[in-house]
Formats: sequence, C-alpha cells, structure tokens
Amino acid sequence: MAEKVLMKGNEAIAEAAIRCGCRHYFGYPITPQTEIAAYMSKRMPKIGGTFLQAESEIAAINMVYGAASTGRRTMTSSSSPGISLKAEGISYLAGADLPALIVNIQRGGPGLGGIQPSQSDYFFMTRGPGHGDFHIIVLAPATVQEMADMTRLAFELGEKYRMPAMLLADGTMGQMMEPVVLPEESNDLDSIAAAKPWAATGTGMKRPHNIINSLYLKPDELEKTNIERFERYAKLEKEECRWEEYLMDDAEICVVSVGITARVSKNAIVAARKEGIKVGMIRPITLYPFPKEPLAKAAARVKSFLTVELNMGQMNEDVKLAINCSKKVAMCNRVGGMIPGADEVLAAIRKEAR
Amino acid sequence: MTFEVIMAGFGGQGLLFSGKVLAHAALIEGKELSWLPSYGPEMRGGTCNCSVIVSDDPVGSPIIANPNVLMVMNEPSLDKFESSVAPGGTVFVDSSLISRKVERTDINAVYIPATQMAKDMNAHSLANMIILGAIVKKLGCVSADIVEQALRETISARKADLLDLNLKAVAMGMKFIEEQA
Repeated sequence: MAEKVLMKGNEAIAEAAIRCGCRHYFGYPITPQTEIAAYMSKRMPKIGGTFLQAESEIAAINMVYGAASTGRRTMTSSSSPGISLKAEGISYLAGADLPALIVNIQRGGPGLGGIQPSQSDYFFMTRGPGHGDFHIIVLAPATVQEMADMTRLAFELGEKYRMPAMLLADGTMGQMMEPVVLPEESNDLDSIAAAKPWAATGTGMKRPHNIINSLYLKPDELEKTNIERFERYAKLEKEECRWEEYLMDDAEICVVSVGITARVSKNAIVAARKEGIKVGMIRPITLYPFPKEPLAKAAARVKSFLTVELNMGQMNEDVKLAINCSKKVAMCNRVGGMIPGADEVLAAIRKEAR
Repeated sequence: MTFEVIMAGFGGQGLLFSGKVLAHAALIEGKELSWLPSYGPEMRGGTCNCSVIVSDDPVGSPIIANPNVLMVMNEPSLDKFESSVAPGGTVFVDSSLISRKVERTDINAVYIPATQMAKDMNAHSLANMIILGAIVKKLGCVSADIVEQALRETISARKADLLDLNLKAVAMGMKFIEEQA
C-alpha cells in the first residue's frame, strides 16, 4: 500500500495537483487557502513549473485562461471574496469551453465577511459563478484524502466535458490535517496535452488554426454554442453524479450534508442510532451535478430530510427540488463562521424523530 | 480508545507544533487521527489552540466539544476550556504560567512547572514539548518511543539544530511523570 502522509487539506490539494501534471499555478493570497499558494511557490520552481502570484485574483484567473488554452493542466485557488473577483474569468473559461481547476476554500460572507469556515458560496458556485448560461463542475470533499483524490477527478472531468471544475470546501477542510495517500505521479504531461486537439499549441503549418474565444456576435452561432454546451451538461448530470450513503438502509430520517458539517453529522447520527433513532445520511460529493436520483429514491421511504449546512439554507432548496417537495426538508444551520456541534445536530434529529 | 486532545495557550508557545508531533506519532503507529488548528488573527499574541484526535476507529468530526485531554499554557485557556472537559478527563496545566488550580473535582489535574523547567534547561520555548512528554507518559495515547521518531520527522529543516533540545524536553516531561508516580 502507498505511504500515508500527514498533510493539511490545502497542501494535499497542491501536491495532488502537481502529481496530476499541473505545472501552472496562478493565485493571490487569502485566508483560509493561502497554504495552497505557499506550497506551490516552494514546489513549482523545483519541477520546472510556473508559480505566479498575480497582482489580483482577476489577473490570476485570466492567466489560467491563457495557460488552459494551450491544453496544459492549470489551476488557481482562492477563498470566497476572491472567487467573486474571479467570476468574470470563470464565465470566460466556460464560454471558451476550457478545462481548469479552481479551488474555493470558503469563508463567511457576504462582503469581506470573516475568515472562519462557511458553505455560503453554495448557490454562487452551483448555479454558475459568473454571467451567462453555464455551469462548472463542483466537487465537495469531506476528508483530506478526498481533497487529494478529487483534485485528480476535477482535472479529468473538466477535460472530459471541457469545462472548468471546482473543489468547493470550507475553511476547516483546508486547515485540518489527516493521513492521506497521495495520487501517483503522472509523468506523461505531453500525452495529457496531446489528448486536447482543440488546444492552441501552434499549427506547425499542418492544420487549421484552433481559436479559443468566447465572443460570438452572430446570435444564431451563439445560440448553437449554448445549446451544445447544455447537451454536455445533460450528459454530465446523467453520468457523473457522486454521493455517499451512510446508514441509509433502514433510515426514516435522511440527513443531507457536505464537508465539515457532514462529519459533525456523522457523530450526531452515531449518537442518535444509540438512542434507537433510525437516521442515515446522503452526502452529495458532486454539487453540480447534484445527486437528485438517490434523494428522490430516499424520499419514497424516509419520513423527512434534514440538511445540515453553514449557510441560510441553500442546499436545502436543492433537496426540495430533487424530491419535488414530497417530504419535509428541515434544516440545522449555523453561519458567519460558526459550526454546529454534534449536540445541535443531534437535537435537530431528535426533533424530526418525534 | 479515543483521545480527544485540546492544546491551548498563547500564539508562539508552540501549541500547533506539539499537536503536530502527537498527530505524526499517531500516524506512525497506524492510528486514525485528525489535527485541526484555530486559525486567524487571534494567533498573533492572542489565544491559540489545536484539536488532535487519536483513535483506533475512523475519526468523524475533527471538532472536539468535550476533550478528554486538555493542555493549557495560559489562564484564559483554562478558564475557557475547563468546563468542557469530559468527566474523568485529564488537564495538564503549565503551573509556571497559571497560578490557579483546576476547580472541577470530576477531572484529573497534572500541574507541571513546564515553562520554568524549560528555562532551567536553557530551552525557553520548549515548555510545550515538556508537557507533550508528560501527556504521552501519563496517558499512553501513543507509545513513548515513537515520539522521538515523530519529532525527528516533523521538525522543519530550519530548526533541525534544535532537535536534540526538543528530544531532551520531551524526556524531561516523561521523567516528571515517572517521579510523580
């Protein structure tokens, strides 16, 4: 078995990205994700990669656009207010159908907000962070191991569907350390790039130009690109939903939670089971595409749902949509950087069990 | 057995580092673990803490509500965390820095003049490692001989010359517990 090492979530993302062949990192420091940039600044120069601390988040995402256009694995990372700044560039990436990894280690908002953990960018990320009709792939890790594994998944899905992919985690996940087995090194960077015939790598006078662009002044052409893009999204929604089910076989109450609150919820579920309450959890791993099917199936047998989240009820709406409001969807939430304790979640579960 | 450890004090006392060494020792032993720091502006001169869980079973939440091990290196931290300690838990108090006693009677208290001991051995900033040695010796959350390896592998290259002094501090803490027994 591969060796387990002890790493912060942020560092695990950075090292995993390098091992997946990412050689271009552009960023700007912001708590609680700065370890990613710090790690890249140490490692990239040693392996012939690029680390660039841009003059702003906006510059960084546009540098990602440039590097991604060449078909190379590239990434940026930030935390909530920084992602707001990147929104324009993310829309451009989506409009040009470019794969790239964007990491958002969320903190409380709105505005500058605070620096403690939050999941309040849920709507912003899952609905398409920027102007225009588009989505990005959104993955929600709940362990440091998943932060490493999903870095690879984000690159691979992004390339397969030609769209930006995001790791969306809360500050706790970025800051905590756990044992992690890192992915194996991909040495063949050229073949990763060669699998992208659309990339702007120079024609060598042997093929027509590849043009990377998001500007279409003829409405019929622009309409076509939008429709084609949503056909890809439909395929993504059909084939790439991921989730974890925990003690759902006989569950009468279904907790739905991601990231740190999913972990707090696990503790609460174990405690509730000891009291004889039949409760389980569906933990969405992909937030876009959202795993509607397992929730709809669960709705046929559970009494109620309970979302546990660090926002004012954003994922709660997605659960209601997934089950067509066929069952009650209660909520246990804290915001502003506060995290509910297992006792608070347990109290909410007990309330549903009554 | 699950050890839920909170280490708390002022920023600069090395609390995150002692937590890291404990976490790394647990990793070497093949145990399940998590390490979670407080982060933010409070770390500069203000209070600072980290939560370390060492367990035979997978760790759920890394957030500790009721620690069964508490290490405190300033009075505000004792004030803040004393009431949350799980009944039967153990508090390790740096008695050079905290003059008051633990008030609760349903938890154990170990008083170590760690900061004074560190000064006496000319290792001013290593009170954290003295208390870590005491925790490991007293509770056996990881085996004592693995701490040395953990420390060796955790210490940064920049501070490698301080390894021996760190090891000495851990040994002092262990000896303190032996002599108490």
